[in-house]
Amino acid sequence: MITGTPKPIDEVLSMIEAYNKIIVAGCYGCVTVCRVGGDKEVQVLSSTLRLAREAAGRPVEIKEVCLERQCDPEYLEPMRPYIEDYQAVVSIACGAGIQFMAEKFAKTPLLPGINTGFLGVTERQGEWAERCQGCGDCVLHLTGGICPVTRCAKSIFHGPCGGSVGGICEVDKEIKCGWQMIIDRLKSLDQMDNYGKLKPYKGWDASRDGGPRRIIREDMK
Amino acid sequence: MLPCTGRIDESLLLKSFENGADGVMVVGCLEGDCHYVNGNIRARARVQRVYEILGQIAIGPERVRMYNLSAGEGAKFAAFTTEFYQKIKELGPSPITIARQSKPREVPVS
Ligand code: SF4
Ligand code: SF4
Repeated sequence: MITGTPKPIDEVLSMIEAYNKIIVAGCYGCVTVCRVGGDKEVQVLSSTLRLAREAAGRPVEIKEVCLERQCDPEYLEPMRPYIEDYQAVVSIACGAGIQFMAEKFAKTPLLPGINTGFLGVTERQGEWAERCQGCGDCVLHLTGGICPVTRCAKSIFHGPCGGSVGGICEVDKEIKCGWQMIIDRLKSLDQMDNYGKLKPYKGWDASRDGGPRRIIREDMK
Repeated sequence: MLPCTGRIDESLLLKSFENGADGVMVVGCLEGDCHYVNGNIRARARVQRVYEILGQIAIGPERVRMYNLSAGEGAKFAAFTTEFYQKIKELGPSPITIARQSKPREVPVS
C-alpha cells in the first residue's frame, strides 16, 4: 500500500488560513489501511481544525467526505455538484489522489493534509515499512524475494558494500543490510547461482529517469 | 455511557469539546482487567493522542484525562470526579465556550 503520515496541525491550519468554508476529503484505499486518511482521520482532522479555528475566533465550516478512492475518476465525479460551493479541499489521500482531484476540479485549490511516504507493508499493527520503489524492472526472482533497490540504502546491485557489518547497514544500526539478507536468503533457498545472473548494471530506463511514467492497456480500453 | 472504553476514539473525544465540554474524563477498568482483553489500553493510547492534539491547538491538553478503577470502587470514582472537576474549574471555561459566549447574539428581525 501507499503509506503516509499526518502533516503537523499548524501546517494545515496555515494552509487553510484564508478560507472559512472547506472540504476535508479522505480515501477508503491505502490511506485508510495505514490509518492516515480514512473516514476516522477525516473526523479527527475536521474536529481539530474546527476547534482551533473557533478558539481563535475565526470558525471554519467543514464538509467531511471520504471517497472510495481518490485515484479513480468515477469516485471523484460525485463531488462535482458541490465542490465549487467550498473554497478549498484538504485531501488526506496520497499525493496521487490529491493531484488527481486537483486535475479534475480546476477551480478548487487542493491542499495536502498528509505527507505521502512509500510503498510498503504493515509489519505489525501500527508499524509500516518500505518494500518497493516501483523501479519498473523487477528482479525479485533473482534476489530471493528481497528488493535491492529498496532494502539496500544505496540501491546497489552487487552488494553488500564495504559498510555492511554483521548484517547491519552502515547508514543506521537499526537497518539490516539488504544485501546480507539477499545472500542469506539465496543460500537458504540454495539459489546462490542467481547472484551471478544479475545484470552487470541496472537499467533505470524503466524507472523514473524518463519522467512521469504511464501504463497503457489497449485490452482494457 | 459506553460498554467499554475501547469503543472510544479520538473523534468522540474531540466532538465532546466541539459540543461545548470544558473537560472530558475517561473512566476505564483497571489495566489488565479488561473484559475485552485490551480495550482500556487502546483507550489510553487514544486519550494520549487527543491530549497531544489539544496541546497543539489553543484548547490545552489538561482538559482530557483518563482514570482507571474497578466497578466496585465508588468512593474512588467520587474522588477522581471531584479532582477532575476542581482541575477544570481552575482552568476555567474552554476557549470554545469563551468564543461562543463572546459572540454577539443575533438579534431577531422584527
Ligand atoms: S488515492 Fe492514493 S491512497 Fe487512495 S486508493 Fe488511490 S493510491 Fe491508495
Ligand atoms: S526490484 Fe524494482 S519493482 Fe521489484 S521490488 Fe524492487 S523496486 Fe519494486
